[in-house]
Amino acid sequence: MSATSEQTQSFGGVQARATADMNEPKIAIRKLDFYYGDHRALKDIELNLPERQVTGVIGPSGCGKSTLLRVLNRMYDLYPGQRATGEAMMDGQNIVSPDTDLNALRARVGMVFQKPTPFPMTIYENIAFGVKLHEKLTKSQMDERVEWSLTRGALWTEVKDRIHTSAMGLSGGQQQRLCIARTIAVRPEVILLDEPTSALDPISTLKIEELIDELKHDFTIAIVTHNMQQAARCADQVAFFYLGEMVEVAPAARLFTAPKEKRTQDYVTGRFG
Amino acid sequence: MSATTAIPGPAKDSTTALLLGRRRHRVNLIIKICCVTATVIGLLFLASILFTLLWRGVAGLSLTVFTTSTLPPGSHGGLLNAIIGTVIQTMLGAAIGTPIGLMVGTYLAEYAQGSQLGNAVRFVSDILLSAPSILVGLFVYQIIVSPFGGFSGIAGCLALALIVIPIIVRTTEDMLRLIPSTLREAVIGLGAPKWKMIVLICYRAAKDGIVTGILLAIARVSGETAPLLFTSLGNLNWSLSLTRPMASLPVTIYQYAGSAFQDWVDLAWAGALLITVAVLAVNIIARTLLRGGK
Repeated sequence: MSATSEQTQSFGGVQARATADMNEPKIAIRKLDFYYGDHRALKDIELNLPERQVTGVIGPSGCGKSTLLRVLNRMYDLYPGQRATGEAMMDGQNIVSPDTDLNALRARVGMVFQKPTPFPMTIYENIAFGVKLHEKLTKSQMDERVEWSLTRGALWTEVKDRIHTSAMGLSGGQQQRLCIARTIAVRPEVILLDEPTSALDPISTLKIEELIDELKHDFTIAIVTHNMQQAARCADQVAFFYLGEMVEVAPAARLFTAPKEKRTQDYVTGRFG
Repeated sequence: MSATTAIPGPAKDSTTALLLGRRRHRVNLIIKICCVTATVIGLLFLASILFTLLWRGVAGLSLTVFTTSTLPPGSHGGLLNAIIGTVIQTMLGAAIGTPIGLMVGTYLAEYAQGSQLGNAVRFVSDILLSAPSILVGLFVYQIIVSPFGGFSGIAGCLALALIVIPIIVRTTEDMLRLIPSTLREAVIGLGAPKWKMIVLICYRAAKDGIVTGILLAIARVSGETAPLLFTSLGNLNWSLSLTRPMASLPVTIYQYAGSAFQDWVDLAWAGALLITVAVLAVNIIARTLLRGGK
């Protein structure tokens, strides 16, 4: 294990990435605050999501990590009384600014949820639904796109003989990979994963983690997880959130093995949370 | 085994426990007998109604019931005009009321979260749901029948539509609310506008429940008498015109059952059996749909 210590460091038996180099930020978050009514759920967040790398977000329940993802695709706009202030710059444009085109933003920043959310239609239609919202494709182009995204979602070989059957008949792990494929099909630049494996069995979890490794060659990824081993396995950099604050962000191996903040150390060693 | 702290109260006594157990058993038995008796009494009345209906209804049934219109007593009339009238008015009433009910229910579930207007609409709709149906008939009489010069089939359709609307509002709203918010967020997260989320995904996810609501509304209005008395009035002659009085099964039953002529009374029983069987069939279809969706 020590042979690869330049690249990885062990954390609880998991090899966490020690890469110190972070790519240019795809999304740069500055002075971001978020409010549920009067409750301030995110406080003065500063964080970069490096392009084509995986940012893991960890922290105890209610620390604001899911809230952060919901800011980055403006999901909070669905609910009255929720608002964000500050900056989340993506390609020179502030995501939280009121004049952002929400549908275009969500095509660029895709999201996968904790529970699989297949639409009540066939597997093919599930993929085509999102694509049709943003592009006009011929039947054969659409067929290609569906095959491409299901292949990227590591699901094609399992479902290619039944893509015209209902997606509700898939297993939980397959449904979640379908949701990832559906998100990829729209060709986003950023993918937000909100505890994508917490409702899945270990085998499905493994498949999704392998998929994340594969996807980061093309997409900028942020993954919220309760599982620190998962963050160590998947992420290039990890951010620790506590009570709405971003306590520390560092390359995965350093955050888990040599955290600078006492609160981070207490959390990753299981003293609270 | 040794208790470190003393438990308050007297020592455990097996005789007391036994007595308490017997008492519980007796109370349980008494409550059980009460419940079973009440159920049996209720079922007896229901069975008696159904049995009488079947007995008298089947006796009144014959082919002429379906092939001949209502005729004067003693001339072997049927119920054809009443059956057709009921079908026309029920279907038209449902056709008018369903889209309105669907849209109001959608507004309440998808657009009016916590808004004052939404709460007001829901309140009014719920009042309409439990309003005596004769009031609906009187209302339509006042605004349609009276000013436009007479009873008409279309007035009956409108009265039935007014009864259909709140039923469909309620079921549509309830069924849309059952859809988890994560499914909505998944659709929105792909960059879909809200109306596409509602029309393409939510309606599809709630389809079985919404269709069930529509069927139950149809079943309910097909047996309504009171709202038709002041609107389509009933018609003993063959007429398909919506601008003239129109026959219907419930109103014909109402007129025939109280008459002095035995053949009319028999036809009333046959009509009652027809409505009951039709409503039962629609209910069974609705329940099967609802179960199939689960």
